[in-house]
Amino acid sequence: MTMHRRKVLKGIAGAGVGLAALKAPYVWAQDAPFKIGLLTVKTGPLAQGGIQMEQGIATFLKQKQNTLGGRKIEFISADTGGNAAGAKTKAQELIEREKVNVVLGPLAAAELLAITDYVRDNQTPLISLGAAEDVTQRNANPFVIRASSTSGQCTHVLGDYAFKELKFKRAATVAEDWAFGYEQMAGFQRTFEEAGGKVVKKLWAPLNTPDFTPYIAQLANVDCVANGFAGSNPVKFMRAYADLGAKARFPLLAGWTAMDDALLRSLGDEAVGVVSAHWYSSSFDTPSNKQFVADMRKDYNVLPGGYSAGMYIAGQCVEAAIKLVGGKSVDGKTFADALHKVTLDDTPRGKFSLDRFGNVVGTVFVRKCERKDGQLVNTVVKTYPDVSQFWTYDEKAFLANPVYARDYPPAKNLE
Amino acid sequence: MLRYIGFEEARLLAISSFAYGGLLFLLSSGFSLIFGLMRIPNLMHGSFFMLGAYFGVSMLEKGLTTDALKAIPKIGGAFNFLPSFTILPPNFFLIAIISGLLVAGIGALVERYLLRRLNGQELPQVLLTLGLSFVIADLCLMIWTGDPWQPATPAELRGVVQFGTLFFPLYRVAIIGIAVVIAVALWLMVDWTRLGAMIRAGVDDPQIARVCGIKVSQLFTLVFALGAGLAAFGGVVGAPYLSVYPGLDADMLPLALIVVILGGTGSLLGALVGSFLIGLLYNFGQAMVPDLSYVILFLPMLLVLVLRPQGLFGRSIP
Repeated sequence: MTMHRRKVLKGIAGAGVGLAALKAPYVWAQDAPFKIGLLTVKTGPLAQGGIQMEQGIATFLKQKQNTLGGRKIEFISADTGGNAAGAKTKAQELIEREKVNVVLGPLAAAELLAITDYVRDNQTPLISLGAAEDVTQRNANPFVIRASSTSGQCTHVLGDYAFKELKFKRAATVAEDWAFGYEQMAGFQRTFEEAGGKVVKKLWAPLNTPDFTPYIAQLANVDCVANGFAGSNPVKFMRAYADLGAKARFPLLAGWTAMDDALLRSLGDEAVGVVSAHWYSSSFDTPSNKQFVADMRKDYNVLPGGYSAGMYIAGQCVEAAIKLVGGKSVDGKTFADALHKVTLDDTPRGKFSLDRFGNVVGTVFVRKCERKDGQLVNTVVKTYPDVSQFWTYDEKAFLANPVYARDYPPAKNLE
Repeated sequence: MLRYIGFEEARLLAISSFAYGGLLFLLSSGFSLIFGLMRIPNLMHGSFFMLGAYFGVSMLEKGLTTDALKAIPKIGGAFNFLPSFTILPPNFFLIAIISGLLVAGIGALVERYLLRRLNGQELPQVLLTLGLSFVIADLCLMIWTGDPWQPATPAELRGVVQFGTLFFPLYRVAIIGIAVVIAVALWLMVDWTRLGAMIRAGVDDPQIARVCGIKVSQLFTLVFALGAGLAAFGGVVGAPYLSVYPGLDADMLPLALIVVILGGTGSLLGALVGSFLIGLLYNFGQAMVPDLSYVILFLPMLLVLVLRPQGLFGRSIP
């Protein structure tokens, strides 16, 4: 913390120079450490995920003794506060003052949308956790890759599974009233309805809803409810859902943020039985995942979830890209191109590769929450290998449609 | 666009409205007392709520044992001299009361050593309480991390209670009961006891009250502590359904402001009516006019400010 502040001061002193050199693609000095900047959230309601992001990348760097592909790493973390304006300010700080070689993060889709043009203009590669669909679709950014998932990537699977395996016919959706909620629920609706189901109610709750009763009270005459909450909201939502007796009547489905493994310790019996789709499972059996989970348990005494795994994998991508460019100092464009070529055989989420838009193609796990030996666990019930952001759709046809939104695809079966 | 709701949904919303209103009353009655009686715009009231909730969930999680004290990150070492024993059994309401008392103590310290120095200066009071709320928010993040905490609903109040064919979520009914009991107790205290008479005298004319031998400054410390304690108690009681997370303070403070503006400062009846009104408006508003979900709470506040600035039950402040 204090070290960072001193660096900021130094940055202020040199800001004039930094601004002058801003537009020119610069070549990094030889032998200088490779700088990784993390945009994370350490205050406010999204702080939980943000702190886990930092733990994830810190775990990776510790395992590698702070050296990736022969380059010494300098790591700088910045707190965006979880909002778009903060993300922009901190991105500027990392890129213009600190001159980082790669930015990891940010957390939220809205933050990512705020800085995607900025990183392109400044030719700085970024490895996103935020899920905003179009950053790797219609407005694909050559400087951005995403090692986590798009909003719809997991809910496509969830909608398909809900109809075909769980045999649900009528669904309601409920999520926060923001881009991540819309995109997730649009993905769910699309695959669920195309398989033959009907989404009969779509509810949107403001981000800082104190009590979810008014939304839960509206649920009636459905086979299941899909929720796309994030941050601390799923904890509140699921408790109210159980307390009001809705859980016994309508089985609950969840996107990845709503049932992240790291969230389990905040949940109780209300989570038992919830079926969720996630691109990461802490129980997945790969060597790197075993090591990752063990180290996270040792250093932070937590079970890691998507936020920390996403940044751990982002670290692996940085390492692989540094190796691809031979450990040399290269400009931002060359490094971004190298990042796009990364394929990994062993990551905590299994085999890893990117599509031509820079979005991950990887396993999606359908899990069911159970209580085992007193502990809540998300037991994997089905895995979908090599899921892309386009699900099973043709890429061209998919991109010809508008981006997922609150009212796209149109919900024709609302009652 | 108005959405019509059926009887079943309306009933659930009504219960929830009053439970939520009850919780808001616990939060805002203290705020109203402090603001109405002492003229202190206490912007750390949400922090008291959150702090109480965090104390509560920690004690519920670990039980109130000396070992739990030692396990508190960063400051736990100070308790290492104690032997291991259970101080109190983990009873939910007992713990809520203890949290209330702890935070009341903190509130008393803040009033006695910080706010006292700024007597009558509203802007410095705003800055001080706002600054302290940031400090508390950061300390909470350090100690309790960013994880949301949600204690289990007390076992005896889980599930639903049945009257005839109608089901009511038991815990919410219990919150309504608690709020009513506390409202009555506060009303009795302020309007019918010697202590209440002294407080009212101290507010109306502090100098004459002092001449009569009333220790006005002590009384004000007491009122501030009471307000802080009530908020903290509300924080624990609300934790099983609001959960506790970084930012809870900032979510709750505006609600206290709305309730007090609506009901009128310094009026307990105003706080009670305002709380239930906000509870009803929030629940039915979200369900019936979802398009207005962001502004629905602020509309009545706006009307009251325009038409009756002292609030529904407030006295006009001299």
